[in-house]
Amino acid sequence: MGDVEHIQTAEQQGVSRRSFIKGVIATGASVSASNYVLRGGHGVALAQAPGSVERLVTLTVNGQQRRVDVMPQETLATTLRYKLGLTGTKIGCDRAECGACTVLVDGVAHYSCSTLTHQVRGREVMTIEGLEGADGSLHPVQQAVVDLQGFQCAFCMSGFVMNMVELTNENPDATRAEAAQHLSGNLCRCVDYNRILNVAEKACELTRNGMRS
Amino acid sequence: MVFAKLLLSPMPHARVRRMDASAALAMPGVEGILTADDIPETEAPNEASLTNEPHYEGEPILAIAAIDEETAAAAVEAVDIEFEPLPFVLDPMESLRPGGPNARSQGNTMAGRDLSTIKWDSVNWNEYDRGTMPLGGEVTDEWEVGDVEAGFAEADLVLDETVFSASLSHQPLETRTSMAYWQNGKCYMHASTQSTARTEGGTARALGIDPTDLVLIAEYCGGGFGSKIAGCPQDQISGLLSRKVGKPVMLRVTRQEENFFGKARPGIQARAKFGFRSDGRVVALDLMMVQDGGPYGRSGDYMSCADQASLMYQPEHMRVRGLTIYTNTPPRAAQRAPGGVQAVAMFAPIVDNAAKQLGIDRLEIIRVNAPEGQAVFGRPRQGVQGNVSSAFVKEAVDKARDEFDWAGMQARSKQRNGTKVTGIGVALSSYSAGASGVDGLLVIRPDGKVEIHNGAGNLGTESFSDTSRAAMEALDTPWEQAEIVWGDTSKHLPWSAVQAGSMTTHAHTRSNWAAGLQAKQFLQEIAAAQLGGSPGDFTVSNGRVYRSGSPSQGLSFGRAAELAIRAGGKFDGHELPEDINEMTTRAATGLAGRGLVSAAKDNFETGGRNMSYAIGFAEVEVDIETGAVQLKDYKVASDAGTILHPQNFGAQLHGGGIQGFGVALGQKWVMDPQWGLHVAKRFYSNRPPTILDVPTEREMAWTAADLPDPFNPVGCKGIGEAPVGAGAGAVLNAIADALGDDVHFNRSPIMRDMILTKLNPEVPEAHNLLTTHV
Repeated sequence: MGDVEHIQTAEQQGVSRRSFIKGVIATGASVSASNYVLRGGHGVALAQAPGSVERLVTLTVNGQQRRVDVMPQETLATTLRYKLGLTGTKIGCDRAECGACTVLVDGVAHYSCSTLTHQVRGREVMTIEGLEGADGSLHPVQQAVVDLQGFQCAFCMSGFVMNMVELTNENPDATRAEAAQHLSGNLCRCVDYNRILNVAEKACELTRNGMRS
Repeated sequence: MVFAKLLLSPMPHARVRRMDASAALAMPGVEGILTADDIPETEAPNEASLTNEPHYEGEPILAIAAIDEETAAAAVEAVDIEFEPLPFVLDPMESLRPGGPNARSQGNTMAGRDLSTIKWDSVNWNEYDRGTMPLGGEVTDEWEVGDVEAGFAEADLVLDETVFSASLSHQPLETRTSMAYWQNGKCYMHASTQSTARTEGGTARALGIDPTDLVLIAEYCGGGFGSKIAGCPQDQISGLLSRKVGKPVMLRVTRQEENFFGKARPGIQARAKFGFRSDGRVVALDLMMVQDGGPYGRSGDYMSCADQASLMYQPEHMRVRGLTIYTNTPPRAAQRAPGGVQAVAMFAPIVDNAAKQLGIDRLEIIRVNAPEGQAVFGRPRQGVQGNVSSAFVKEAVDKARDEFDWAGMQARSKQRNGTKVTGIGVALSSYSAGASGVDGLLVIRPDGKVEIHNGAGNLGTESFSDTSRAAMEALDTPWEQAEIVWGDTSKHLPWSAVQAGSMTTHAHTRSNWAAGLQAKQFLQEIAAAQLGGSPGDFTVSNGRVYRSGSPSQGLSFGRAAELAIRAGGKFDGHELPEDINEMTTRAATGLAGRGLVSAAKDNFETGGRNMSYAIGFAEVEVDIETGAVQLKDYKVASDAGTILHPQNFGAQLHGGGIQGFGVALGQKWVMDPQWGLHVAKRFYSNRPPTILDVPTEREMAWTAADLPDPFNPVGCKGIGEAPVGAGAGAVLNAIADALGDDVHFNRSPIMRDMILTKLNPEVPEAHNLLTTHV
């Protein structure tokens, strides 16, 4: 889940890092003063920048089609939390440093604070709210968190959990060291890493034993 | 809901010369502005939420509310503002130097209740320039026990060292965001605070309202580590701005803003002189400490640093001198084991060095000095030192020696694998572990449930819930029958301890035990009145009160609750004890008539200050070509009384230890000395430990003496604080161990360049040992 992959993903969608930045500047966002940028567009005249994209889009989030009004420069974390009410995704840094905002896009872990919502059109987004089965059954990662009482303040939890879901899908045989490498894009400030690695190992074990994933 | 954005000071010390927000306020979508002129005046040296005289880069000047954050940010940019730069200082020693700048216009320290100026005119500054902490300067605090000079005279080894520990941001993952709205004259505030009951009063005062007009909602806190003990000044902004614009206001604090005003542990520059007997026993300790105070408040980490040194090393002769000097750097606050972590980071390497010089086992020197029983320690009051309620450090050391295979660990010391050398480190850390005298409050409802109210707060350590078990234990009733109420002051919360300083576990097992015992008494009285006989004839167990020996003759809790409501008076909360806090009285009054209500103050004997202990064991590999350090293993032993919840207990020991790794290995500030601006202001530059910094070969181990504290009804003590120093000290000692028996570091964190410089003495040090923020 590194920057390289993120840029590749962006380019697949025809949005380069440069055009992302240009888009932000074009819409008049005050980058210097505003680390969080939110614009509902209510009552404020918005200049549609040349080359900007369609605003009313359909997203696939947790298997559901969601119609949502999205600004060109809007991040997926913003859309999820403030437009779709999916507040399980947390914003810890808004700059791809902490991983609290991690979600899956087509099964791949992404920092949603640094993913443009327009990049995920036509792709499957999964947030922590979508992990539980329709019958209420828990995902192996969720079960492992419950069994081992993983996480303390848990502000980092949803990001770690989503990244662990990717881990259990990709490499349920992961060693403790491999799990640490896989999860190294997520920060926990209670630094409960020992238990987090216990959870990762347990989630892998539950997956290997055939619990749904 | 509208959103607020802040205008932050671009300078480390300045005065707002001119400000015109008319263009900003005329922008479409802008709702209003809050400036320092709109808020009640704050008495120096305390921090205000907004100011016209900023004392550090990033201090909030004003806030603008708008329909969305982008509009608010654009409006902040449109404010026409001019600052007059004022003299600033980043390093306390530079402020103490004759002619040096003061961080505040009125002085550089607090003397009693007043700001005043202290300069060290008489000391030898050439000595300082060569990296030695000068002695002889004026201080604001000092104490002595015994006769320190006589102590040194009987010492076989004296180590006189200059030591430094760095300032360190708290960096909770959840920033101090808040949202507030007003309804019928009441302010409803959602805030990120460590404590609930203890945040209510201060926040209400800051808003200029009565605590009964504040509803504070804070069920979960995304980390605080001492930076959000009783809320934060910036919470005031959403509250006051909301009242001004007449709409709910959300102030989302960014990561960068959090780095500015999210608080930090104060760094300490010190001279420490230890006198050891040949068996390793510390006989004399002389400390001189200068604390980097930031610009506000009166944090006294250096005094608690001295107390912990006194407790851990038990010197018969000890002298302490110190002062806090204000600097134009972010505000300081308690950080997980305030003063305790600095004590271990600065002094554990000296004790470890002494063991090597005296040829003593490095674990044995910890044991020989460790407190035991009701050990005395700390600053004397009226000439007498206080004592701890219990100390089973030696028992913990003995357990660890076997369980962790100390001999095997030591055998790996200095083993070489290519360019990597193994180092082994061990360190003791102590800290406060519990408050007393707060209130318990519970309701036994007619549906038979026991509703236990707690206002402590919830940092995810589970102490607010675990401590409720004490009430259920007093009622000898299954835990499943309990419901916990917390995190919202409209839900009738009692006066509680802060969720800080490891206070909750001890304080609330005591208060819940008190409320539980009183509820038991009420149940027995109700049963006696209903069924005949005297209260003493009845047993409370398993959700029932029944005639002892005849379980069928009794009442369920639900039935007893109905009878309590019918009886009224003291049984259902209409009459309350006189010694409970006003907040508890209010809460219990709100619950009156809902069932059997028991509100009780913890009046149990304290037996001394409640302290817990952790001993960290670290194994590192140091790459002598690159200076890189990798933790290979970390184990921790402890004494925190009876263990209340093993899983959470272990998580505190390890999580605290890993925070200590950050203290030892890299968390620090870097500031531009010319302009007083931050260079390291985000996670990647002011880097906390990551999951790659912890050992991954196996799960980290822990053990505990697990002996009951005699002054807690269930034997337990808190365990949040002490583990941090244990992690820091063990890693610092392990790195030095890898590099050679004659190597020790007098500064933390240990950066790679410091390691490489140690290995190559011809390379000059990059900076003075005492220089801050480099």
